Amino acid sequence: MKQLSKLLNNLRPNFEKGGKLEKLYPAFNAIETFLFVPDHTTASKGAHVRDAIDLKRTMILVVLSLVPCLLFGMWNVGYQHHLALGLMETSITDNFIFGAIKVLPLVLVSYGAGLTAEFIFAIIRKHTINEGFLVSGMLIPLVMPVDVPLWMVAISTIFAVVIGKEVFGGTGMNIMNPALIARAFLFFAYPSKMSGDQVWINTSLGKGQTLVDAYSGATPLGNAAAGLAEKIPGTLESFIGAIPGSIGETSTIACLLGAALLLYTGIGSWRIMSSVFVGGFLMALIFNFFGLNTLMQITPLHHLVLGGFAFGAIFMATDPVSAAQTNTGKYIYGFLIGMFAIMFRVFNPAYPEGMMLAILFMNVMAPLIDHYVVEANINRRLKRIQ
Amino acid sequence: MSLFIEIKRGLNLKLIGEAEKTIQDLPIADVFAIKPNDFTGLHPKLLVKVGDTVLAGTPLFYNKNNEAIIVSSPVSGEVIEILRGDKRVILEIKILADREIKYASFPKSKPNDLNREEIIEKLLNSGAWPFIRQRPYGCIANPSENPKSIFISAFDSSPLAPDNDFIMSGKEIDFQTGLDVLKKLTDGKIHLNVQHKTTPASIFSNAKSVQINKISGPHPAGNIGVQIHHIDPINKGEAVWCINPQDVLILGKLFNEGLFDATRTIALTGSQVNTPKYYKTIVGCSIKNILADGGLKKEENRIISGTILTGSKIPEDGFLGFYDSQITVIPEGNHSEFMGWLTPGLNKFSLSRTFFSWLTPNKKYDMDTNLHGEERPFVMTGEYEKVFPMDIYPVQLLKSILIEDIDMMEKLGIYEVVEEDFALCELVCTSKIKSQEIIRQGLDIIRKEFS
Repeated sequence: MKQLSKLLNNLRPNFEKGGKLEKLYPAFNAIETFLFVPDHTTASKGAHVRDAIDLKRTMILVVLSLVPCLLFGMWNVGYQHHLALGLMETSITDNFIFGAIKVLPLVLVSYGAGLTAEFIFAIIRKHTINEGFLVSGMLIPLVMPVDVPLWMVAISTIFAVVIGKEVFGGTGMNIMNPALIARAFLFFAYPSKMSGDQVWINTSLGKGQTLVDAYSGATPLGNAAAGLAEKIPGTLESFIGAIPGSIGETSTIACLLGAALLLYTGIGSWRIMSSVFVGGFLMALIFNFFGLNTLMQITPLHHLVLGGFAFGAIFMATDPVSAAQTNTGKYIYGFLIGMFAIMFRVFNPAYPEGMMLAILFMNVMAPLIDHYVVEANINRRLKRIQ
Repeated sequence: MSLFIEIKRGLNLKLIGEAEKTIQDLPIADVFAIKPNDFTGLHPKLLVKVGDTVLAGTPLFYNKNNEAIIVSSPVSGEVIEILRGDKRVILEIKILADREIKYASFPKSKPNDLNREEIIEKLLNSGAWPFIRQRPYGCIANPSENPKSIFISAFDSSPLAPDNDFIMSGKEIDFQTGLDVLKKLTDGKIHLNVQHKTTPASIFSNAKSVQINKISGPHPAGNIGVQIHHIDPINKGEAVWCINPQDVLILGKLFNEGLFDATRTIALTGSQVNTPKYYKTIVGCSIKNILADGGLKKEENRIISGTILTGSKIPEDGFLGFYDSQITVIPEGNHSEFMGWLTPGLNKFSLSRTFFSWLTPNKKYDMDTNLHGEERPFVMTGEYEKVFPMDIYPVQLLKSILIEDIDMMEKLGIYEVVEEDFALCELVCTSKIKSQEIIRQGLDIIRKEFS
């Protein structure tokens, strides 16, 4: 360690003001602070000690909470593939290996493209590289269908980093969740690769392999929108998540494992998470009451475990930057996300996956919610003067 | 009438180095210094020069912005140095103290025999006035104002804080006289806020002509700002005065004995002190002898006049701050840590459960001054609210200061806070934002605007 530290100390003058590589300082700083928590001390006045937590710790824990979804997603990719081919007997390991071969490139491309964009931006804008992308880079592949081309992942990631985040000033300043911007970008720019029934399951055929009869690659929500009630997997099956869908979103169990970590460490907002589920549940209950089409008839619990609802509620809606920032606002924000997600599902068959749009919409509305919450506080203060 | 206030949000930081309950009486320190920077917004105009001899109670300087306010010498002796910094700003006025303190004499009197103006005049002339501070701004109280109430927090809830019940016991007479003096200064109430516990100290529970309120809960329950917010909140244009309980004794002595005796018992605390305990000393004393007596560990140390959350760094031969009743010594954290953000962190304090130190909730920490990361924009939300027990939105207030929106600062409650109220926010901040500094900037902006 000492040698590494020495090496960095020797290199540093090159990157500091007046050094040969002065312009690359943000990149050097990012690598250095990644390896060593810096020796910075507190100011001479104020709080002389600080909490051990920093953004690196926070972000790495969010990434860790995504690991169950990633691992399950890899297995499920293999499982769905072999299922479509009628190879029911494939072992867990083989499923997992097949999925890993499909999924890991997506992860690598997402991190590679995104971090490159971040570094370039940091160097041009001369600001430090923020840790926020550590999470976005993992979220992006998890909300993609497995068959999405790698170049699309790269483009959407760069779009998300540059337009979704850096133009606003970087992590902490963005209005919308960057990972969802990447997904929305692909969804509207290349709809054929992001929706329909061809993209969710990898159906590349080896020699002598054929698809099973009556194969359908549609997601449960796609089937529901088409009115095929009999093709929707049951609540328990959807809860476990061995169903077609975006890579990381299918298993509610895996999402809940992540949620447990986020909530226990105090990083994720329980206010947002719980209110999203409550909002979705109530909306589905209301639709049940009418029951005019297949989607309206799905029971509330079933709605919550289908598609990206749980994944969005736990990992996307809770992004602290784009969510409502006041505690009261968080309840309203989460509740409306849940309601809108179900409403979009039910009323707009073109977008059976309403969660993404619901969250993006509420990202935009979050400052308005906060505004009214803060305004109420101001009025309370004014009322004191009689 | 007495109120019971329960503070729910906050944090008791558990640290090594609590002072043992014995009071050491060292011989009087050689050198004393008054630091004009201890007084918020005060512009000193000197009344003494190097070589002058002064008594305890002789004026050293007055405030250019409000000439009635003078600061006096706490001891008798000779002015030996006037230390100046950039732009000739006066940093320290050093006095070589006599072995035996000679006091300037002021007439003895009973507070009830004097009217408000006479009392104010007496406090101003003796140099006891600066102990009374005001909210908003946290500066020396403006004698031409009439505060709506006066607050005294009988307990200090901050980490390693001195125990006032212990320090103050047996000083009932001076304390009561001091309270009687304060009673004359306001048409409103005197709020004496005590910690809610089973055996209250008699000096506080027997105090007369005050309203005794009981406060329970974690730090910052003892902060005057939190207490004011819950009992008699400040609106625009209003002022509340406050004074530390030990300084009430100084007021009391001035009336009872006719002398300006700025004696103060302080606690020497912190993980780097070998034998942390209490010392009887005088405001502005050199801390050299105290540190030598307590014994410091041989490492690079940070010596803080005041609490670990709000104090000021001072050198080893520095001086006790005017309002401080505590010296804290902790290790400097100027070393980098390999992959520190990835370690299990059994010994790392965190409000969150992101380090495994949550396994040992009652552990006492030995914290150093490392920042544990770099400063970032606001990212996490809801963090400050966990330790900020006021109906104020802390992050929104900080942001309004950063964009210098005076109207918004007022609406969001800047008049109710000073730096120390944001100390815990600064402690727990993931983005390492210096919120106390920002709050001071905001208060300075407002003061400038309305002066």
